[in-house]
Amino acid sequence: MASLNISISAEPIFHLGNFAFTSSMLVSLLTTIFLSLVAIRFYNTHKSKKPSGLNLFIQTIIESFYEFVQTITPHKASQFFPLIASIFFFIMFASWAGLLPGVETIGLRSSHGFVPLFRGGTADLNITMGTAIAAVFMIQVFGYKSLGVKYFKKFFNFSNPINLFVGFLELISEFAKIMSFSFRLFGNIFAGEVLLMVIAFLLPLFGPLPFIGLELFVGFIQALVFSTLTLVFISIATSHH
Amino acid sequence: MLNDNLIVGATMAFGGLAPAIAIGFIVSKALEAIGRNPEAASKVQTVMILGVAFAEAIAIYSLVVALILKFV
Repeated sequence: MASLNISISAEPIFHLGNFAFTSSMLVSLLTTIFLSLVAIRFYNTHKSKKPSGLNLFIQTIIESFYEFVQTITPHKASQFFPLIASIFFFIMFASWAGLLPGVETIGLRSSHGFVPLFRGGTADLNITMGTAIAAVFMIQVFGYKSLGVKYFKKFFNFSNPINLFVGFLELISEFAKIMSFSFRLFGNIFAGEVLLMVIAFLLPLFGPLPFIGLELFVGFIQALVFSTLTLVFISIATSHH
Repeated sequence: MLNDNLIVGATMAFGGLAPAIAIGFIVSKALEAIGRNPEAASKVQTVMILGVAFAEAIAIYSLVVALILKFV
């Protein structure tokens, strides 16, 4: 009986000195290039009199997502929309990339065994933690932009000892947000990949079909949750107390 | 008797118990709120999805621990 090839950390394809370039990083890079190409093409053709079907489709999605952002932050949606939409679309397409045929199956056979060349973009803790750090950093940036230095007084509140302790807990909770964001996304997507591999092992050819449908749904929901939580934290950080 | 696979299974079983009950509470309260005030349905739904994501994250933490125990 052949053995399953599941590894919780993405396998490196090649090394640049000490830096291991993993299969997930390759897929994330390709996702970013794909989204950039679609965006550049949309920008170049969006002023024409007769928009193509793809342009209309992209406009519909962007507008409905903008209305969704407006329901959470009614007045400053235009400030926060680029970051939130980028996070949403990157995570969604990087998670869906793990469902394409060829991912985790096409690879190189090296001395360490079988090394897959592609792996779902968000199924690597490096990618999710990087996105989480970037999102929490942008929360602080938006807080500073709208409240000035007074934003940081939330963490270092010297008026009385209780407030000092509460401020310290708020600082800890910022780091807890990073861990929570990254592990929620990584756990969902990696567990989905393990599930697909096990089901394909047990019921080949048609067994994985409903589970691929489930994974499409999970990828969408996790992208929505990540971006919505970032937006909610930004709106809390920029609200005048 | 206490072999490794049993511990991995027990981690996931106990770790998924409380989040499942929590999600049940959250959604039931959300449904009650929607039933009382159907006009605010979309606002209630947004907050409910957020709450379910927070509760589910705890189950995901225990899943990650189980995966680490099994595969590392």
